[in-house]
Amino acid sequence: MGSTNSTLLKIPNVEVLMQETGFSPAHIIRLHDRFKALDKEGRGHLCPHDFGAIKELAMNPIGDRIIGAFFSPGKETVDFHTFVKILAHFRPVDKDRPKEPNSPEPINSRSNKLKFAFQLYDQDKDGKISRDELLQVLRAMLGMQVTDEQLESIADRTIQEADLDRDDTISFEEFRKACKHKRFTMFRFCIRPGERKLMLTLCHWSSELQDQHEL
Amino acid sequence: GYLHFTKKKKKTFLRTRGSETISKAGTDQSGVALVINRPPSNHTPDTDPDPDPGETTQAVFTLNYPRIQIPFEITLWVLLASFAKIGFHVYHKITVWVPESCLLISIGLIVGGIMHSLHEKPPAVLTSNAFFLYMLPPIVLDSGYFMPTRPFFENFGTVLWFAVVGTLWNSIGIGISLFAICQIEVFGVQDITLQENFLFASIISAVEPVAVLTVFEDISVHEQLYIVVFGECLFNDAVTVVLYNLFNHVAALEVVEAGDVFLDIGRFFVVGLGGTIFGALFGFVTAFTTRFTGKVREIEPLIIFLYSYLAYLIAELFAISSIMAIVICALTMKYYVEENVSQRSCTTIRHVIKMVGSVSETLIFFFLGVVTITTEHEWNWGYILFALLFALLWRGLGILVLTQIINPFRTIPFNFKDQFGLAYGGLRGAVSFALAFTLPDNIGRKDLFITGTIVVIIFTVFIQGITIRPLLKLMNVRKTNRNQETINDEIHKRLMEHTVAGIEDLCGQWSHYYWKDKFMKFNNRILRKILIRDNHPESSIVALYKKLELQNAMEVLDQMSGDISAAPSLISLHEERKNASKSRKKFLSSDVTNMHELLSKNMYKIRHRTVSYTNKHTLPDDITAREILMRRHTSLRRSLRAGSFHGTNAAKMSQKYFSLPMGRSLNSRFPPRRLVHADGDIESEINYSSIRHPQRVSSKAVMPLRPLNTLKEVASSVNTVDGQNEEQRGCRRSHLGSNVSRSGHLTSHLPHGSSRNCSDGDHDAWVEEPQNNSDVQHPLMRRPHWLPQKPHDK
Repeated sequence: MGSTNSTLLKIPNVEVLMQETGFSPAHIIRLHDRFKALDKEGRGHLCPHDFGAIKELAMNPIGDRIIGAFFSPGKETVDFHTFVKILAHFRPVDKDRPKEPNSPEPINSRSNKLKFAFQLYDQDKDGKISRDELLQVLRAMLGMQVTDEQLESIADRTIQEADLDRDDTISFEEFRKACKHKRFTMFRFCIRPGERKLMLTLCHWSSELQDQHEL
Repeated sequence: GYLHFTKKKKKTFLRTRGSETISKAGTDQSGVALVINRPPSNHTPDTDPDPDPGETTQAVFTLNYPRIQIPFEITLWVLLASFAKIGFHVYHKITVWVPESCLLISIGLIVGGIMHSLHEKPPAVLTSNAFFLYMLPPIVLDSGYFMPTRPFFENFGTVLWFAVVGTLWNSIGIGISLFAICQIEVFGVQDITLQENFLFASIISAVEPVAVLTVFEDISVHEQLYIVVFGECLFNDAVTVVLYNLFNHVAALEVVEAGDVFLDIGRFFVVGLGGTIFGALFGFVTAFTTRFTGKVREIEPLIIFLYSYLAYLIAELFAISSIMAIVICALTMKYYVEENVSQRSCTTIRHVIKMVGSVSETLIFFFLGVVTITTEHEWNWGYILFALLFALLWRGLGILVLTQIINPFRTIPFNFKDQFGLAYGGLRGAVSFALAFTLPDNIGRKDLFITGTIVVIIFTVFIQGITIRPLLKLMNVRKTNRNQETINDEIHKRLMEHTVAGIEDLCGQWSHYYWKDKFMKFNNRILRKILIRDNHPESSIVALYKKLELQNAMEVLDQMSGDISAAPSLISLHEERKNASKSRKKFLSSDVTNMHELLSKNMYKIRHRTVSYTNKHTLPDDITAREILMRRHTSLRRSLRAGSFHGTNAAKMSQKYFSLPMGRSLNSRFPPRRLVHADGDIESEINYSSIRHPQRVSSKAVMPLRPLNTLKEVASSVNTVDGQNEEQRGCRRSHLGSNVSRSGHLTSHLPHGSSRNCSDGDHDAWVEEPQNNSDVQHPLMRRPHWLPQKPHDK
């Protein structure tokens, strides 16, 4: 693995990165390759339009939100570390992580995954999903035949179901509870390595139990 | 003279003026011919040819049938088949449950019955070269041209695996089992040798693209499934042909030698690879040729067709896989050609391919029915029924086993439902039939084989074809119990699915990403320079926008006279609607059910989960893409104004939504509202009747009233997010732009009767749109001179 070691050394602070995110060296290298491929001008950081160049992402209804999630408010660039840290959300949940009371929660815990998803709704980052924000997301995800009135009633119903403290917004706690609903499965993002290949898989209907107790 | 109807078997006679008998040989087909015989001569060939015209009365009105016979009959058959097709769609309900192929075969059966009772022979379409040379290429070209490239290459390994190994498995399995059956004396088929059994097995194991795809039409199948089945069909041609030839060859020999077998295995590679290489070669040559057709746009489609056909024929010449050649040719050239040719040529190409493919397919099924009745059959209960049984059994087994082996290598493994779809969706069709007919005559039981093939085909097409849809639905339904989910669940789940799909795309899901990247680099650096006329290395997103904008513009121009009322409306969610002041709405359970339905019908599907474009008879539709891109466009502009990427301020400001006017929705429970049209069109009632297909409405609706200035804007926004002048222009326009979409939707839909003043404001804003056309080069991009007017009062 000589070549991989040398690649690894080129990336600054790679040890810290691996520890924080839990990615293996193979993963990091793969992601680094991808980062470099996206960063066409070789600046060492990515801009929004680098992401925009990915055609499939542009065709994704919430593509712009996903891209936005990479950029923390106010910043216009994302460097490799941030890139990897965000992608770390998508690692499978470590089932046998010892519960140390002092260590920070790993990035790919279920709670953090939910936070990521919550972020996609909550664009103004006030910690609540307002009705407007919900409407925007709905509009993005639904075809044009759906009228505004229908949209609004769907949004109302959504808020009604989830909103427990009756403030007409969905806070993170309420969101979390809504997603804990018994039949609902939290998908698991997985980045599965295959030697030098990384494959992403989506597991739909997995069992509830370990997810529940993670929470 | 008198008209004389004659029925002929082989030859027709015509007595012409003064010439001797002309016998029209070469018509193996019969037809009813009108012969005019003038009084002195009868249809006896030995009468003295009387050159003297003076004696006979000059016919005022002659009929010269044999001259036009062949084209005439072809036209009639095609017309008949087309009528059948039109007829089905008149009564829409049929086609939902019964695939078109079944219906066509049924009509063919009826016609065949008629012909049989008249002792006519149908034209030799399926039973000869005509099938392989004329009927099959258009269908394969159709399939190849519209095949989605990316999923195809992603699943290439799987496709090859199923095609090659699967077909081998099937053939050998069926062959051996049938041979075992032959040994049982009861059935009386001991004379069929092992080789002949293998031959028959290889014929009936050939899964057929035509039949399968017409069945998969409406079922929104898992895209992966579609690609795998489709690819398998295409590729197993190579395998089938090789096997067929191998066994044919071997059946003739008394002794099978090992050397022969190895030769034939080697031959398989030659066939397969040769087909691919030829195809790619022709694809590149086509692309290269189209580089120079700038001045002769009219013949561009012709070039495409000629080259594809040529690829097919030359592959046939060398007896390599012609199907693969034409498919690979279509795949390769599509990418370059669509950049080189004009928009019109592009449309023409697509339409003609669809048309010819469709006609060909219709004819094939039709004739399948006809020929079923009119051929000589040999029936043997045991053999044929067992053949059918084994065909189904081995395919099922094969899929099960093969999937288990290949699942670990797949990114998205096949679950049981997929496997079922794969196995059950393996229909046989006309290719098997044609192959059966071209069996050499020295095989004793040829008729039995033909009958057996027909039985298998008819069974699979009818029974499997009709039942696959309900079965798949059943399996689907059992898995998810929709109404137990809350609305929250559905929405969040879908959002997360989209997110995962997005992240996958971000990370480059394709596991052979390395090769793809290399190829794209090679492509950009070398291939594009050679093969494309005006090569601008564009970012793909700009290319996408351009393409969609042009398509939109052309579509609208096509429908200029049509409904302007069909334009989607914009509403603004005003701040006056405070949430706090609204009382809680009570939702009945029926409301909730409606919502569920609405969501399930209208939520955009995940990119690689299901695909609903597999409607074989229409051109692929970019509706979803268009809608998504339109919105993204607006949000891009909005974000420009905000000066940062996030544009989160937009959330606080008035939101603009894109939706169709009330009453257009599919499940509308709400009464239609009045529309106020800014452009002065009347419309207090909406022309419902013109809306036939709800899906099409949005494509009708887009109007380039704010024309493709935006294109420059997009390009610049893509390139420099923080460009100063863009921001400035963006600032000025975006405030207006937030009122008017990229495509200038004029209708403003006002909810709850709130004040019209807003719309006035909107209009003023619209009027201030950039007026100068001069700086926009492309003619399509110039702003058309529609002026807004004050909204009419109700």
